Amino acid sequence: MKKAFILLLFIALLISIVFANEEFRVSDFPNDDGSALLLEWDKSLLELGDIFVFKSYDNVEFNILSLESNLLQYVDSDTSFTESMVYYRLDVKNDDGELISSFESSAVPKAQWFNTDKLPLLIVLVVFSFAIIYFILSAKRGKNHYIRRITGLDSIEESVGRATEMGKPVLFVPGIMDLDDMQTIAGLTILGKLAEKTAEYHCKLIVPVSKSMVLSAAKEVVKTAYMQVGYPDEYKDDDIYYLTDDQFGYVAGLDGIIVREKPAANFLLGSFYAESLIVAETGFASGAIQTAGTAEPAQLPFFVASCDFTLIGEELFAASAYLSKDPQQLGSLKGQDFGKFVIILLIIIGVILEIFGYHFLKDFFTIS
Amino acid sequence: MNYIIPLIITFLAGLLMLVAEFIPHKPFESIVSELEIWFMIISGFAIVLGQLSLLKMNFFKIKYKSEGWKYCIVTLASFFIMLLVGIFWGTESHAGLLGQGKVFVDSIGVKPFDFIFNNIYQHLMAAMFSLLAFFIASAAYRAFIARTLESSLLLVSAIIVMLGNTSVGSSLTSFLPQSLNFLHLPNLSKFIMDYPNLAGQRAIMIGAGLGIIGSSLRIILGIERSWIGGKK
Repeated sequence: MKKAFILLLFIALLISIVFANEEFRVSDFPNDDGSALLLEWDKSLLELGDIFVFKSYDNVEFNILSLESNLLQYVDSDTSFTESMVYYRLDVKNDDGELISSFESSAVPKAQWFNTDKLPLLIVLVVFSFAIIYFILSAKRGKNHYIRRITGLDSIEESVGRATEMGKPVLFVPGIMDLDDMQTIAGLTILGKLAEKTAEYHCKLIVPVSKSMVLSAAKEVVKTAYMQVGYPDEYKDDDIYYLTDDQFGYVAGLDGIIVREKPAANFLLGSFYAESLIVAETGFASGAIQTAGTAEPAQLPFFVASCDFTLIGEELFAASAYLSKDPQQLGSLKGQDFGKFVIILLIIIGVILEIFGYHFLKDFFTIS
Repeated sequence: MNYIIPLIITFLAGLLMLVAEFIPHKPFESIVSELEIWFMIISGFAIVLGQLSLLKMNFFKIKYKSEGWKYCIVTLASFFIMLLVGIFWGTESHAGLLGQGKVFVDSIGVKPFDFIFNNIYQHLMAAMFSLLAFFIASAAYRAFIARTLESSLLLVSAIIVMLGNTSVGSSLTSFLPQSLNFLHLPNLSKFIMDYPNLAGQRAIMIGAGLGIIGSSLRIILGIERSWIGGKK
């Protein structure tokens, strides 16, 4: 074992000696898909004159690469995924264009099987995933986990009840992003639970959407919810409709609906941007009881100011599990709490280490 | 079976996307790009559904003279005008069925689609966006009332940040000596935005990130099934 270690050390030393003095080096660009090569040259070459780099796939015909004159390295990301040798020539010329010296180097671009830059991310993901799965399994075994109350979600029944008493509809807005956004999916899972309540209370539910894919998904979710609680006849396909993909066109449409239909309860749950306050303030002015939720930090203050209940960040994603009361789903929330505990611990340790001048923890979690 | 197949597809697709995040090697990179293209294709088909929904809703509102039916005429007219000028004369970079619309370009400078887009649509969007200023004022008026200690702190922070971003705020504390420079309003404002505010935002983002991991795992593992109707 010791001999092997010394041998490895010797090889590493040999390699560093051989390559250390090279003034122009070409190597595979790390952690990529095999499309790039890294070209590096010594600072001393810049002092000699102007740098010109040429590239060739056959070591015969060289084409010049356009790059800035004061660089010390260049990433050539246009190697056409050749997986064969790419040749480079670096010429140093003086102001008169006379060649002072020329260097050649070559390398084969290779794709890596693991992006080492993302190792900390993988570790965090694995730890959190195991924690979540552990708590799900422990819930499955019958262990009860305490989950704190989320007032915004507890208010759903109250809001629907109020709308029913007033004889007015409930408005649900799933945000302005498409189905590839997790916030939209979280919003739609809450829509399912909300639709069950509106069906039970025989209350009208309006869902205007801004993306066609969300329209199909929302229709399916609401239809299934109405069927599950035994009121399939109450479902009205026309109450879930598409307005426009445009952000401000959508908000204009929503404002029109709020002003004309005067819903008694508004649910704004999903991904929102600049339109958030326009909708929330119009809803406030109409006197509706409003529940909003998003994971966009910049929009949360607007919702807090204008809405009665706000689901902040993670609460939006916890909604489905919270409302379902399913022990397995609640177990996953406990796993998330464990993740938060780990992060708090890491932050405290990180701060202490940074104060004492140790940067390894920060460096480890910094993704280049 | 209706539920098992979507669950299997979700599990495999979710796992693939997860693995591809860490493996830049072929074929993972190309599979992810391929899946993104599939999403775009499905979105393209879904747009037709959206447009049909829009037309149907507005048409029936006009037919039954529902409240605000006149606005539906404007919507439908706008929809068809943009659709037709786009199809016939194209847009800035694409030709239409009737060519490049040279007659229009000679008279109004651009194609009809671009003319309407630049001169009507964009102004309507800007008008909608500008409403935000008034809504911010009304929301701020309610939010910044000193009822409790927390709301008082919010009020004081808001005043500092707002004043710190104006020239008046800068001149108000310009008399302060260099040793008290940290109390200069723009510096105080910057401190509030860079430290307490950013820390709060990051806390929310970390929580949301964990929430996304949790939700994704629930969906990938098939524990969360409300998106397919919630049946076991």
